[in-house]
Parts: sequence; structure tokens; C-alpha cells
Amino acid sequence: MVKDIKTNEFQEKVINSNKPVLVDFWASWCGPCRMLSPAVDSVSEQVSEAEFYKVNVDEEPELAREFGIMSIPTLIVFKNGEIFDQSVGVISEADIKTLVEKAL
Amino acid sequence: MKDLIIAGSGPAGLSAAVYASNAMLNFSVIEKFPMSGGQMLNTYEINNYLGFEEIDGFTLGQTFRKHAENKGAQFINDEITAIEKIDGGYSVKCKNGEYETKTIIFATGANPKKLGVKGEADFAGRGVSYCATCDGNFFRDKITAVVGGGDVALEDTLYLANICSKVYLIHRRDEFRGAKYLQDKVRANDKIELVLKDEVDEIIGNNKVEKLKLKSGKELETDGVFIAVGLDPNSKLLDKTTEMENGFIKADESGITSAAGIFAAGDIRTKRLRQISTAVSDGANAVHSVEEYLFNL
Ligand SMILES: Cc1cc2nc3c(=O)[nH]c(=O)nc-3n(C[C@H](O)[C@H](O)[C@H](O)COP(=O)(O)OP(=O)(O)OC[C@H]3O[C@@H](n4cnc5c(N)ncnc54)[C@H](O)[C@@H]3O)c2cc1C
Repeated sequence: MVKDIKTNEFQEKVINSNKPVLVDFWASWCGPCRMLSPAVDSVSEQVSEAEFYKVNVDEEPELAREFGIMSIPTLIVFKNGEIFDQSVGVISEADIKTLVEKAL
Repeated sequence: MKDLIIAGSGPAGLSAAVYASNAMLNFSVIEKFPMSGGQMLNTYEINNYLGFEEIDGFTLGQTFRKHAENKGAQFINDEITAIEKIDGGYSVKCKNGEYETKTIIFATGANPKKLGVKGEADFAGRGVSYCATCDGNFFRDKITAVVGGGDVALEDTLYLANICSKVYLIHRRDEFRGAKYLQDKVRANDKIELVLKDEVDEIIGNNKVEKLKLKSGKELETDGVFIAVGLDPNSKLLDKTTEMENGFIKADESGITSAAGIFAAGDIRTKRLRQISTAVSDGANAVHSVEEYLFNL
């Protein structure tokens, strides 16, 4: 299961992480997000060398604004505190895995 | 060899799956996404499907899927990449497998059409959007533009006017195709500025959309551009074997196409009204035609 993350934990858990982190920006009203999330869950169980979190953009609008989210679902991979790569829209489980593994 | 493959699991494919189960056909549904619903997944609110006064598309899609599964329909999560004629039917080639079948119902639906201008692909998800109800909220108190002249463009413009500080509606003609009552609402809203008889030439920005260059030479500053210029049918797999009209598979209500054993249901076929209710109706009709075809083989 991919854990929810709040604005006040973001620095510590994502920016300061020494592992690559994949963050799933989503909302409950977004059908495509609800389609993507189970695939992210599944990848999180296969790739133990990375961390996985999700941000509910309605509850954490500051984070959505900070990272310039303009469409969801958006996946952002952070490495060493910086944006390493990102992807917008529904992608396959295999593509999610590739997105994270490139950062390992 | 299977009796039937249903390609796609939007409302047309799922309705076909229910009817095919009742007809006791040996069939499978192939869907490229892990979930069903098709375009409904992008629809926040549906208020015109009989029996559901107000429901979100995701929930309705899952309800349809469950109905088909409970009937015994088998789903394969894979993307169809080619269709080949073989003895007695067709070979359906997917990314991860290949299936032989006597008939196919094409219910692969459609995607929003692209404008095809410079910058459009670069700024996808960075200010370029094809779904106002999905992405509108990220443009609260900002300036946006909508491109198009049909119902969806007018609805998107009104939706965004509730959220944004200003909305341009850009349309290449001086009249709209969309419903009269929507046009009246658009014209009465002072947050909306009409830009008629003009077209987007280029979408410009650094990291995100900043402005639009129009064919007239005019430039509009905007934070987002919502494109609603119609549908692009997912019919390419058939364009060598089956007669088309403007990219849609030519078929009447029966779903029968110019290619023996290939049937079309839902948004993919030539028809006047592309809605969930008409897609569901097509699914039923197509299975009926498949049964007749199999009986006469
Ligand atoms: C923003 C928006 C709002 C709408 N609002 C309404 C509304 O309020 N009421 C209403 O009645 N209608 C509405 N519609 C229209 C309605 O959604 C469509 O008419 C309907 O979904 C068409 O159903 P379909 O099954 O033909 O195709 P789709 O819904 O497009 O489904 C096609 C399916 O095929 C799959 N597929 C495509 N290619 C392949 C492939 N190569 N291999 C495997 N699978 C594939 C797709 O993933 C998809 O699941 C709306 C549409 C949009 C875009």
C-alpha cells in the first residue's frame, strides 16, 4: 500500500530521502487516478529500493501548487531531493516500474 | 477458435459482454487499461443515463463491469495491436498474446482529438488539457482558454468560468455548433471573452503554458488551454480492411461493417449521437448481428 503524505512531512520523507521516491498526485473525484493507483501499489511491492507516497491534491493544495501540478494523475520521481522524472496521465504498470527504476 | 472477441470495454463493449453471455457465446473482452469504463472514467458527473439521476463515470463504469463479470464474461488486460484475416475468422494480435476468433465487435471508442499545433504535445499536463472537469481546479483564479465550438467546448467554458478569473473561447467560425441554451449562457457570462473566426497557431511558454499565438497574429496570455475539438476514433487497426467515413467505421444500428465477421459498436461507428445510452444500445445490437452471422456460417 502506498501511504498518503502531508505537506509538513514532505521535506523529511521525500526531499531528504536517500532513496528515490515516487509520488502519485491524485484526487478522489479523478477516475483515471483511481485506475492508476492500484498499479502504483503493485509496483511499490516489487521495487523495494524506492519509496512510494501519494498526495491528495484537494487536501494538500500547497504541494500541488509547489510542483506545478496542472493535470492528474501525475507521477513525479524525486532523487536526491530533486525532480528526476515525471509522467502525466494513465500509464501501464510496466511503464511505472521503468519510471522508478531509471532513478535507482 | 472463439466465437467472439469484444475489443474495448467502455459502455458499448460491456453491454455487448452482457448480451454475449446471455447468448452463451464463447467469447472474451480485451481491454488495454486495467479498468473498464472508457471515456466515462473521465466524466465527473453523468445525469442522463436512465436510472441514475446523478453518478460519476468511474462508479458507473465499475457497475457495468461488475454486471458483465457476474454474467461470466472473461476479461483480458492487453492492448490490441493488429487484426489479421485467417481461415474461418481473424487473428487478434495483442502486446502480450494472440487470439483466434470467428467474429470481432469493435468497441474501441474514441479519444479527444488533438489540435495538431506546435507546443501542444510539449505542454500536455503543463497547461494543455483535454478535460476541463478533470483539470479545471488547478486553474483557480487564473486565465484559461477553450478551443472548439460544440457542446463540450461550451460546457467546458461555462465550467471554467466558475473557477477561473477569465476564460477565452476560441472558435474558428463565427457561429457555434453547440446547443442554443449553452450559447446563450456563454454569451451572458462576463468572465467569458469570445474569440471568433480565429485559430490557435502555437502554444508558447517556458516550463508551462504562458500564451497562445493565433492565426490572426494576435497573442493571448493564458495559464491553460482546454482543447475540445471533437473525437478521434480508435479505428486505425481496421483502416485497411473496413470501410470508414471520416475515420469512423461505417456501420448502421446493426453494427454490420463492410468486412465479414467484423462488427462496430459505440462511438467508433458512424452515428449521430455519441452517448452512453447509444453505446449500450449498440452493444446489444452488435451481439444480435454476431449471433445471426454465426448461425449462417
Ligand atoms: C468529457 C466527456 C463527458 C461526457 N459526458 C457524457 C454524459 O454526461 N452522458 C453520456 O451519455 N455520455 C457522455 N459522454 C460520451 C460517452 O462517454 C461516450 O459516448 C461513451 O463512453 C462511448 O462508449 P464506447 O464504449 O463506444 O467507447 P469508450 O468509452 O471510448 O471506450 C472504449 C474502450 O476501448 C478501449 N480500447 C481502445 N483501443 C483499444 C485497443 N487497441 N486494445 C484494447 N482496448 C482498447 C479503451 O481503453 C476504452 O476502455 C462524455 C464524453 C466525454 C469525453
